[in-house]
This record gives sequence, structure tokens and C-alpha cells, in this order.
Amino acid sequence: MSTGSATEISIPPVYRAFLRDAFEAFLAERDEPDWLIDRRRRAFDCFEQSLTQPLEPEEWKRLDLRLFHTLRFTPPVRDRSGLVTQVDTMLATRTEFGASVSHTDGTAGPSGTRELPAGVVFCPLTEAVRVHEDIVREHLMTRAVLPDTDRFSAWHAAFWNGGVLLYVPRGVVLDRPLHSVLGSSAADAADFAHTLVVLDEGASATLLEETASLNAEGSALHVGAVELLVGRGAHLRYVQIQNWNERTWHFAHQAGRVEQDGFLQWTVGGLGARFAHIHQTVSLDGRGAGAEVNGVSFATGRRTLSYYTQQTHCAASTRSDLLYKSVLRDRSRVVWRGMIRVEPEAQQTDGYQRCDALLLSPESRMDAIPGLEIEADDVRCTHGATVGRVDDEQLFYCMTRGLTQHEAMHLIVSGFFQSVFDRIPVTEVREAFDDAVVQKLGLGD
Amino acid sequence: MSSTLRIENLHVAVDGKEILKGVDLTIRQGEVHALMGPNGSGKSTLAYALVGHPKYEVTEGRILLDGEDLTSLDPCERARRGLFLAFQYPVTIPGVRVADFLRHAVSNIRNPDRKEGEELIPMREFRKELRHWMQELGMDPSFATRYLNDGFSGGEKKRMEILQLAMLHPKFAILDETDSGLDSDAVRVVSEGLRKLAGPDMGVLIITHHERLLEMNPPQFVHVMLAGRIVETGDAALAHELHEKGYEPVRQRHPDIAAEETAEQAATAGAE
Ligand SMILES: Nc1ncnc2c1ncn2[C@@H]1O[C@H](COP(=O)(O)OP(=O)(O)O)[C@@H](O)[C@H]1O
Ligand SMILES: [Mg+2]
Repeated sequence: MSTGSATEISIPPVYRAFLRDAFEAFLAERDEPDWLIDRRRRAFDCFEQSLTQPLEPEEWKRLDLRLFHTLRFTPPVRDRSGLVTQVDTMLATRTEFGASVSHTDGTAGPSGTRELPAGVVFCPLTEAVRVHEDIVREHLMTRAVLPDTDRFSAWHAAFWNGGVLLYVPRGVVLDRPLHSVLGSSAADAADFAHTLVVLDEGASATLLEETASLNAEGSALHVGAVELLVGRGAHLRYVQIQNWNERTWHFAHQAGRVEQDGFLQWTVGGLGARFAHIHQTVSLDGRGAGAEVNGVSFATGRRTLSYYTQQTHCAASTRSDLLYKSVLRDRSRVVWRGMIRVEPEAQQTDGYQRCDALLLSPESRMDAIPGLEIEADDVRCTHGATVGRVDDEQLFYCMTRGLTQHEAMHLIVSGFFQSVFDRIPVTEVREAFDDAVVQKLGLGD
Repeated sequence: MSSTLRIENLHVAVDGKEILKGVDLTIRQGEVHALMGPNGSGKSTLAYALVGHPKYEVTEGRILLDGEDLTSLDPCERARRGLFLAFQYPVTIPGVRVADFLRHAVSNIRNPDRKEGEELIPMREFRKELRHWMQELGMDPSFATRYLNDGFSGGEKKRMEILQLAMLHPKFAILDETDSGLDSDAVRVVSEGLRKLAGPDMGVLIITHHERLLEMNPPQFVHVMLAGRIVETGDAALAHELHEKGYEPVRQRHPDIAAEETAEQAATAGAE
């Protein structure tokens, strides 16, 4: 290992296990095509360079990474055979999925697949590199999440080690939802799972994804990426519920692109992690494209959940509608910084964003910063943010109807989330979240 | 056995200020009582104190339900023992559907030992009953799936209180100005609704300024409150007199307490 150079010493400890030697060792363990190795190398160069440059202030100034920088995580290992791969999931048993793929520390575990229509691909991304190389090569970090965006995208692009590919060919409609679990088990391990969804023209699918930690104790790092490519007239419903343990650091670039008349319904659930920062972009690329972005978070303990969202309208007659709802208790913190951007050619667009928070404790804190950047003149863009508390009079009222204080709180909190669930007709997700609400309301009591 | 709600020498303070100064009142199941009195005399304070609002502190006296002192019980426990308040200003609970809210309430009231998460009353049975009472009270069935009081008119909120009264069927119901702020049509619906509900197994305390609710539900006892005390108790004729002549004659008959009322009003005005 090369040590002692001036730059390296100034690099925070958390990155030191991911420098050149470690990267070469990581590559050597993998048997991948040249184009992919080349891309990884270019990404690694970006990553290395980014370590000497500050992070984008607007995105990071409200967040504190000092503790993170002192931690140490080990790079992913090629194959962790002999692993326990049964992750405790929130969704697995709630319905019959069309197919299911699970990963533990980046290694694909057992997958349950029913008969999928011809041409549909739903498999671990590492397998897809071998079996469906063209699809991966065309779409992996070429359009939605670009490796050189920042330190975390480059880090991910260099070291990605697991995750799924969902590809639905032209005109194929999948009725049953698909399921993906990203699990983490090893202490102090880093995971770089990638989710790539490609829907061709007129295709339709639902993918429910969740993250989970096998043990409640071990600290872990997740530097992930999600790419959702929705073709012409295609319809994708994607849900990701983040439920890591409270010692996991989660960073993710997540981007969706929607072509003409396509529609993306995207729901982000935030329940766990010590610290989670999601850089989420949805881009409406073709006339008549639409996106609905929903966020539901329940922050407890000392965790920080941060969302940096952008809705970009690149074409005329596009529509985006973002609704984030967060409940905070204990000393938790949620940060939402949202932006609607309308390009000059995107006339007759309709952009909306709203972020509501419900504070259950005086020590919790919500920052909501909406923003608009509009360069077209014939548009309708609105935004709003509210921060409220559970009203004692509401609790009292419920209690005079025979509800215990806890039950009343549960009802009020569920009611707070209801406007999001009214928009997502996926009952499994609603039920899973409701169970989480019950559990989270009980924490610390 | 018929139940009795007995209020003994009740003193209640809000934010350290004494509002009720020794109220005595006994209500038996099957009786209808009216509580009248000028604004600010303490009627709502009595209602809130009875159902256990945490801000209304009982500093002296007792509230006995069949001999059991309720003063140390929380509102949920009192509700499960059979007390109900129809609020003057019902709250809104966004995102919580009327049917879900009521199903939880009904399950708890009918099974007072129920713990959170335990089985709710069967959906079929509940729906049937809910539909029945909504029809009786002239409510559109769509109310069942609306969010509780969210976007409801004043009249709709009051009807919702009566619907809850019907579904929960308490031993003792307190109605705090359920008839105020309503048009005459809504008052009629609410009054008729109450008449259908109140019977030998319900004791009712009606707080009102108007006579209409009482016409449909004639009280056996009428109490007048002044400056935190019940100063007179009579029959329906007293309610009638109050409507004809207002509270001046009452104040004249109780000059000491009327003076206290004036002094308090002056103090409050001075403080503002
Ligand atoms: N929550 C409260 N906070 C402060 N003062 C209150 C509160 N509730 C009642 N009061 C005071 O108590 C007195 C009685 O009020 P209330 O019981 O509402 O009278 P009524 O219902 O007869 O009009 C008034 O002087 C009122 O200002
Ligand atoms: Mg009042």
C-alpha cells in the first residue's frame, strides 16, 4: 500500500480503504468485460480527484459529515459464500411477487422467479453483465446517473458490486409487482448496490425494493445508485424503502428519465439508517411525460434523513408532482431541499412540489427548502412546505372516544401519511409502512 | 342497575386560575338536565373537567360514577366507563377516515379492556350499524370515507358528534352547545337525533343558550351557572324564564355572585 503522500494524509479516514491499491485488488477479483473495467477505471480517477475537492455547498452545507469521515469501512469482497442470505424483509410475505431477487453485501442470494413474459429480464446486475451485456452496456450510468456528478456517484461507479437489472421490452405489461431486497450483514462493510430499470416503449411494470440489515448492531456503508429509464408511453411504478439499521450510512444517487408520454410513479420511504442522503433527480425528457414523486419518512433516534430533489422539465407539456411527508421524533433531523427546473423549451409544463413534516418531539428538527428555476414563460409551478406538531386537542379528542394516547397518536400519524398513500395504490407498501409506524411510535417509550 | 354521575364540590382551575368554585350536580341514567348560564360562566369548563381534559385541573371535590372517583383517570378510561362529550368545537383529523376512527372508538368503548392492536369490531356488523345511524341522522353515506371533520361545515361537524354519540351509546352524554351556530334545519336534525338516542339508559346534560333543543328533549332539571357555581336549579319553567328575561333576574337574586362575576370580568379586561 502506498502511504505517506501529502494528499493522502489529508484524505479523511473513511476513504482510505478505497484508494488505488484497494481498487486494483477489487478489479482483480472480478472477471468483467473490458468496457466495464474501463468505465470503472475512469470512475475511479474521478473519485480520486474528487477527494481533494469540496462537495457542492448547496447540497451539503446543512449536513454534517465529520463523524462519517472518521469511520472505516472495508471494500466489497467478490463472493461471500456461506453467508446467511435470509433477510428480514418488510414486504416479502405480503403478496405474491412476479419475481424476487435478493442480495446480501452485494452477493446475489436465492431468487424466486415465476414465469416472466418473453424478453423480460429481472436478475442480479452482475449476472446481467454476463448474460445481457448489451443492455447493461447501453444503459448503466450512461444517461441517468453519471459517474462524474460528484464524489459519491464516482465512488459508486468505480466500486458497484451488486443490485438488479429490470428490463421490460416493448409493449410488455407486467401485472404482478417485482421485488428486490438489498441486505447488509457484515460489520463495517461497504455495499455499492445498483438498481437499473429500463422500460421500452409502452412497457409497464412495478418494482418494490427494500433495504435491510441482518443484524441490528453492525455499522455499515451503502453508496448506491438507482436508475429508472422510462421509454415512450411506458409506465413504471418504483418504490424503495430504506430500512437499514441505525448504524448505517447511506448515500445514493437516484435518477429517473421519462420519455414522451411515459409516466413514472416513484416512492421513496425512509425508515432507518444513521444518516441517509438521497440525491434524487427526475427528468421529463419528452413531450407529455409525467412523474409523481412521493416521499414518506419516519425519523427516530438521532438519525438524519436528507433529500436533495430535482424535477427537471426538458420538454413541453410535461408534468411533475412531488409530495414528501416526514414524521420526526426524538432528536432526529430531516432535510429536504427541492428544486423544480424548467428549461426554456419546456412550455406548458406543470410542476408541483410540497413537503410536510410532523414533529413529535421538541428536539427534532426539519429543514424544508423549496426552490424554482424557471426559464420558460408559459408554465405553472407551485411549491409549499409545512411543519406542524401533533395537536394536544386532537389527542384529547381521540381519547374522549376511548382511544389510548398511543392509539390516538398512531391514528394521527397514519392520517398524516394518508395523503401520500392515497396516491400509491400499492397496499403492501402501505401496510408495511403502517407496521413500521406502530413500531416506531413504540420506540423509546 | 341504574347508574349515577355525582359531582361533589368540584373546583377546577385552568392555568392556575380557579374557574369552577364548588359545583354540585347529580345526574341519573334516564334523566335530562339542562345547564344554562351567561358566556364565560364555566359551562364548558365543567364539560371538559368531566371528561378529563388535562388542562382543566381538579383542585378540590370529586366526580363519582357509581361511587368510583374518576378524577385521577385519563379521558380514555373515562370514555370507556361511559362518559361522552359532544364538543362545542370538534377537531379536524386529516387523513383519518370517519369509519376508521369510529371503528376504533366503538371497539374500545364496547370492549373496555381492549388493548391497542387487539381485534376490532367485525367490519360487517360495524358497517351495518354505521349505515343505519347515518341514515337516521340524514347524513350522506360518503361521509364514512371522508377524513374526520376535514372540510366539514359547522352543521356537519355537529351531526358527526351526534353520530358518534349514537354509535358509542354512553351512559352519560354531555352536549356542549351542540345547537349553536346551526341553521334551524340542522338544529331539528340534531334535536330529533338526540331524542331517538336518549332513553332510560342514558343520562344527558345539555349545555345550551337556546330553547329548541330542549323543546324536543324536555329536561327534568334546569341548572343555572354563574361565575363558576350552580346558583339555581329548577324545572323546564326556569329555562323558559331565562329565555324570556335573560340572566339579569338571576344576577339580582344572587347579588354577591353577580358582583364576583363583574369583578372577574373587569380583571380579565384589565389584563388584556
Ligand atoms: N383553556 C382555557 N384557557 C384559559 N382560560 C379559560 C380556558 N377555558 C376557559 N377559560 C376561562 O374560564 C372561564 C369560563 O369559560 P367557559 O367554561 O368556556 O365558559 P362558558 O362555556 O360558560 O362560556 C372564562 O373566563 C374563560 O376565559
Ligand atoms: Mg362554552
